[in-house]
Amino acid sequence: MLLAFLAIISLAIMRLRNLFGVVMLGGIYSLLMASIFVILDAVDVAFTEAAVGAGISTILMLGTLALTTSREKIPMHTPLLPLVVTFVTGAMLVYGTWDMPAFGSAEAPPNQHVAPYYLEQGMVETGVPNIVTAVLASYRGYDTLGELAVIFTAGIGVLLLLGRRRDPARVPAKSEFASKNSAGGTETTSATEENKSCSSSGGTAA
Amino acid sequence: MRHHVILRVVAKLSIPFIFLFALYVQFHGDFGPGGGFQAGVIFGAAFILYALIFGLDNALKVAPINVVIFFIAAGLLLFAGVGVAALLYGGKFLDYGVLASDFVAGQHLGILLVELGVGITVAAVMIAVFFTFADRGR
Repeated sequence: MLLAFLAIISLAIMRLRNLFGVVMLGGIYSLLMASIFVILDAVDVAFTEAAVGAGISTILMLGTLALTTSREKIPMHTPLLPLVVTFVTGAMLVYGTWDMPAFGSAEAPPNQHVAPYYLEQGMVETGVPNIVTAVLASYRGYDTLGELAVIFTAGIGVLLLLGRRRDPARVPAKSEFASKNSAGGTETTSATEENKSCSSSGGTAA
Repeated sequence: MRHHVILRVVAKLSIPFIFLFALYVQFHGDFGPGGGFQAGVIFGAAFILYALIFGLDNALKVAPINVVIFFIAAGLLLFAGVGVAALLYGGKFLDYGVLASDFVAGQHLGILLVELGVGITVAAVMIAVFFTFADRGR
């Protein structure tokens, strides 16, 4: 039932040209995905999906729309080749699932390797009842440190690319260069993202 | 959004509870679902809601961008610092067992501090990214 809703929303996102509606549907998609994670007993993942997918990323998408334009351009080419590629890839993935063990099977390799050890010894060794937290923070501490470094890098990257220099002493001397620089920056970003035609005019209008 | 009385009142009422919920998720992550990442996102969402309703200038008075940038680095340094502290206490990097006299208590302390570092950096990154987008839009 939830998967059917997901498919309907995906089709609607494909058909819709109004990007505001697409962002809203994306938020609903994330919320449904979170419900599916709850059904699969992955409460921590569901929590993250609801908070990040439905919450923050929707807000950031709306912020991007305010900077650019909210209409998608009509594509020039026919979608035949991407459609074929998608169908072939999807068929290969479905073919791959035939060899997978049944969902929740005790013989599945992920349930045989270190998972039993974590489940049996996690409480004894860390004293933390939530096994997800124990694995994330203690057993897989290196991974989490790396993830945090990724988030750190992403934040610094956004600040460097889009942030405005707030040092008043250096603004008068560099203002002309900075405005040229930022105009160049918007051009390159609009070129990389296909559906943003008049980013500079949209930016001034907003 | 200066004239939307209902939005302002509802936001004012709910923002303290959002903060409280974020702290609950942060420090109850050992026992229930949640942890630093989710708590950081919720904490950041409260700031973003404030900025949406009361304007970016007021939000920047509460959380100046320099302070936010400081906390981006502080969270990561706290995480890595716990690892280095474990080294100095004679253990391996990020091996929390040596942080306290008891192995399990050390694990508990290490996980708490590490999750706090995750929460601080995630919240600060979310706030900084939103402020940057909003600042560019005007």
